[in-house]
Amino acid sequence: MNQDSTKISLTNRSKVVSNKKMSFLESLYLPAIFKGMFITMSHFFTKKATVQYPEVKRPVSDIYRGMHVLKRDEEGRERCTACGLCALSCPAEAITMIAKERLESEKHLYREEKYAAVYEINMLRCIYCGDCESACPKEAIFLTDRFVPSEVARDNFIYGKDVLLEPKDAPIDVSKRQTPEVLAFKKDKTQLHNK
Amino acid sequence: MDIQILYKSGLIIVILLLSLVIAMYATLAERKIAGFFQDRLGPNRAGIFGLLQPVADGVKLFFKEEFMPATADKFLYVLGPSLTMLIALLGSAVIPWGNTLVIGNNVFPLQVADVNIGVLYVFAVTSIGVYGIMIGGWSSNNKYALMGAVRAASQMISYELAMGMALIAIVMMSGSLSLHDIVAQQHGIHWNVWYQPIGFFVFVICAFAETNRTPFDLPECDSELIGGYHTEYSSMKLGFYLFSEYINMFISSAMIASLYFGGYNFPFLHELGMSHNWLTIVGTFVLFAKIGFFMFLFMWVRWTLPRFRYDQLMRFGWKVLLPLAIVNIVATGVIYELFKK
Repeated sequence: MNQDSTKISLTNRSKVVSNKKMSFLESLYLPAIFKGMFITMSHFFTKKATVQYPEVKRPVSDIYRGMHVLKRDEEGRERCTACGLCALSCPAEAITMIAKERLESEKHLYREEKYAAVYEINMLRCIYCGDCESACPKEAIFLTDRFVPSEVARDNFIYGKDVLLEPKDAPIDVSKRQTPEVLAFKKDKTQLHNK
Repeated sequence: MDIQILYKSGLIIVILLLSLVIAMYATLAERKIAGFFQDRLGPNRAGIFGLLQPVADGVKLFFKEEFMPATADKFLYVLGPSLTMLIALLGSAVIPWGNTLVIGNNVFPLQVADVNIGVLYVFAVTSIGVYGIMIGGWSSNNKYALMGAVRAASQMISYELAMGMALIAIVMMSGSLSLHDIVAQQHGIHWNVWYQPIGFFVFVICAFAETNRTPFDLPECDSELIGGYHTEYSSMKLGFYLFSEYINMFISSAMIASLYFGGYNFPFLHELGMSHNWLTIVGTFVLFAKIGFFMFLFMWVRWTLPRFRYDQLMRFGWKVLLPLAIVNIVATGVIYELFKK
């Protein structure tokens, strides 16, 4: 077997380099220059790849994993019960929380008897894997298709409940990440997380 | 006579401001065009279409730290950019921006100085241009700056020769060194480019080299020499260097348009049946359209071709362009004698 046939080509675009003498026309370089200028001119009129970000947003996948949201239930109560499973499942250890017992007067605010008084995600540590979402037994945390905006100080990337919690009057749609398959998986008694 | 002096002073101010404004917006055009060639949009945030971008850039340069190396020659360090700017602007004096305007008994030529050695004057001025870069690069007391300055000097001197040789053919044909005469002889579509295609080619290539534009931007050469002759410059002194490049580009485009593309002449100008003054005004616009095209060509080439290697640059200048220009002179002479056009 000769050497050429054993070469593996990945793209079929490799070119054999040769040192052959240039013809007179080639040595003038002018045809090549005009060809090059024609190519750049053709790019002048092509559709531009720029996305003008704040006005135009690049389309993202339906199940894009971006900034988190802490959901409320139908009555506007916080779903999170501060069980700490999200923090435990987080591979980047980005989530911290402080749990607190619900008072009788706070029943309209929190769904469960225990709630997260402080809930913080360090957005610089977060790797947006979505494990917190899978771990959550209360369907309280979801990743959304929102972006984390830029900041000038690192401390500003530690998001508390003021940013993460879903506003009462403007619910955030997570139905695309809440498909029947997901719900079935969450309620599956044979799975480890429901035992 | 007084009205003529007043008119000339006004014309000088107008042309000066025009050169500055055009150079200012050439920086924006360059960035826009660069963006378009690279499938981007270019700056478009400051004002509509980014029209305030040059203003923002200028303001930024003014507020930058004014740094001067401790070992620099203080006087020459300041002189460098000033000289470059001054010389870049001087060239516009002899270019005929249009024909004459006749108002009453007064004839107003749209040219600051119709000197009978116009072409020679432009060459004298552009050869001083190398001093600005040389002085700046040398006085910075920096290896990269010196290297850039030396490259600039050798490059500009080498290419000036071929440029002058290319022009001799034009002067032979027109029999005059006055730019006004050379342009006036190219009436209608009798542009010099049809009679001097090789000369035109040599001249344009040399113009690229004289303005230190890609593929001849070895004096700057950011990938090898950091910034070449202006490595040590900051704030508005750097701004002057960058700005004068665009003024040079504008003046060079005006020279190419006047010498080879008929200046303010355009085809069928007498068939239009317009009055003399209107023809002059239209002609001026035509000249600026031609200048715009050549400035676009400068940018087009910049975003297409890579930089020459230094030895290639020298070989190309001395062994290709110069002989070509000399052959062009001989050929022009022979053909001129044979056909006496």
